[in-house]
Amino acid sequence: MQLVLEKRAERSNFIAVASPLFAIALTLVTMAVLFAILGKNPITALDVYFIEPLTDSYSLEELVVKATPLVMIAVGLSLCYIANVWNIGAEGQFIVGAVAGSWLAVRTNGTDAGHWVLPAMLLLGALGGALYALIPAICRVRFGASEILTSLMLVYVANFGMDYLVRGPWRDPNGLNFPTTAEFDPVATVPLLIEGTRLHAGSILALIVVMLATVLLGRTIMGFEIRLVGAAPKAARFSGFNADKLVLFTFAVSGALAGLAGIIEVAGPVGHLQPDISPGYGFTAIIVAFLGRLNPVGILIAGLFLALTFIGGENAEIAIKVPLDLTKVFQGILLFYVLACDSMIIYRVRLVRAFRKPAHAVA
Amino acid sequence: MLLLEAIILSVIAASTPLLLAASGELVVERAGVLNLGLEGMMIMGAACGFAGAYMSDSILVGALSGVLAGAAMSAIFAFLTLGLAVNQVATGLALTILGTGLSGLIGAGFVGQKIVPAVQLHLPILTDLPIVGRIVFGEDAFVYFSIALIVGIWLFLYRSRPGLILRAVGDNHISAHALGYPVLKIRMLAVLFGGACAGLAGAFLPLAYTPFFIPGMTAGRGWIALALVVFASWRPGRLVAGAYLFGAVSILQLHAQALGLGVPSQLMSSLPYLATVIVLVLISRTRGTAGSAAPASLGMVFVPDR
Repeated sequence: MQLVLEKRAERSNFIAVASPLFAIALTLVTMAVLFAILGKNPITALDVYFIEPLTDSYSLEELVVKATPLVMIAVGLSLCYIANVWNIGAEGQFIVGAVAGSWLAVRTNGTDAGHWVLPAMLLLGALGGALYALIPAICRVRFGASEILTSLMLVYVANFGMDYLVRGPWRDPNGLNFPTTAEFDPVATVPLLIEGTRLHAGSILALIVVMLATVLLGRTIMGFEIRLVGAAPKAARFSGFNADKLVLFTFAVSGALAGLAGIIEVAGPVGHLQPDISPGYGFTAIIVAFLGRLNPVGILIAGLFLALTFIGGENAEIAIKVPLDLTKVFQGILLFYVLACDSMIIYRVRLVRAFRKPAHAVA
Repeated sequence: MLLLEAIILSVIAASTPLLLAASGELVVERAGVLNLGLEGMMIMGAACGFAGAYMSDSILVGALSGVLAGAAMSAIFAFLTLGLAVNQVATGLALTILGTGLSGLIGAGFVGQKIVPAVQLHLPILTDLPIVGRIVFGEDAFVYFSIALIVGIWLFLYRSRPGLILRAVGDNHISAHALGYPVLKIRMLAVLFGGACAGLAGAFLPLAYTPFFIPGMTAGRGWIALALVVFASWRPGRLVAGAYLFGAVSILQLHAQALGLGVPSQLMSSLPYLATVIVLVLISRTRGTAGSAAPASLGMVFVPDR
């Protein structure tokens, strides 16, 4: 038997909508098997992972807090991926954004600086992320270097850079030698939406980003160019669209959004700069982008779902003693299924007997 | 003199996993497939390699477990990208994410355990020769194998008919298909071979480099190996030079840190990654985009028409 792909006459719209749901269902089944292998009751495990976090208010708040950076980064990445540009270094841009914004927070710490500090920090964060993302973009446009590899290498560099700052010049002198900056002043902190919860104003920004991206992709020439260059590069070239400009644009926007997410994370839920500010948001956002089918609204839903895996993973580690790495396994498997199911939108899979002779050879 | 010998020995040790992983990827890319999951296959090779060696008390069993783990991971990749015509970049990323998680899961029980590392060759007179003795005749089996492997790959690609066909498949899969060559089958074999090499490269780390397993111990080596293939312009000879150059950079930065030059250690640690970016830029610039040495069908989806 042999697996054969046949191109569908038309894209299947039904599968286009259903494929993320298929993918999630298949992932859950696979996870159940994995839990059974690990000697856990699959039903209890899945309940702890995916249902329990939805039943108490603290976890629900945490869900929104964790979905915020994921959605913001993923919206930016989706622009790149639609245009067939591969920024996979969002994790690094997230960190550089966090560092760039924190610079001002550290500088104004303990002074009587006014309410301009936070907006300036957010601006610096976005700017830092955008500039850092432009490095691989320029290397690609100017020198033809693969943006995939350079953007990823810069993640490591960003991590080391931040590590140096929080252990060296920016370390809190009263911090008992912990590698962290001083706690940010109130004017350098993202305000809470509701006192006494963890919900912060950054989530509103994420929603605005989703709306802006929807408008950009659906209603502007730029959005049309992005979609055209990705879908039909040759046609785009003939119609005079500049592909290099798009590489720079999509990288800058995705970097700015990742950087913004970084500074919001640091000035919001974390409250100071420290190593390990991200449990891999920049990489998980890649999965969010694909699970959301590179559509801003889809990404919003996908972001909430993947935030659930982070929280469920933490819960499961405590409640049923499974390693935290299971979350990554889960995310990896999910991405495989999403990609496989997406392939079914344009292809139909058939099993045929191997080595069948072509019809004309028989005659 | 002793210090120099020690440095050269450690450079060889640091270069070997890069060379092993990049050798496999070179063949994969020559067949026209871009497997970005190198890092994920390597870390799985490291975890399974250590698990195998720890439970069997045998380095050989460990190495084979690593090879199998890498090949198994690459089989998933082959099924998706070749069987279902899924985008290779995205699938490679998924493979890395999965490998990182799965290796943590498998390796969790082995963290903190130690094994007896792979023995180094000892020949009566040759190994005791001054200067070259230890360096040439005192390495472990992985090092000799990595050299043999790349020589074998060179012979295969440039001196054998199957190698010629593989290159043809990578350069123009439509013509190769029209000539009747089974494009997808050849690519699948290449991907499996690449996975096996990556698994072995990963297994080298806990079996010969450090005698223990740490989660995430590949530390981006898979990505550097990917860059090496570009650096080498997809040629085996340059690949050896590149692997040793990168091994040297990663060791020299360690020695520079030990000397305490007043440079932040983090800057030194980021040198191999920065070097990768700079090298990629230089190599791409000198070659120009038009005359790229990359296999012409690299990374493109192929669905045979029937």
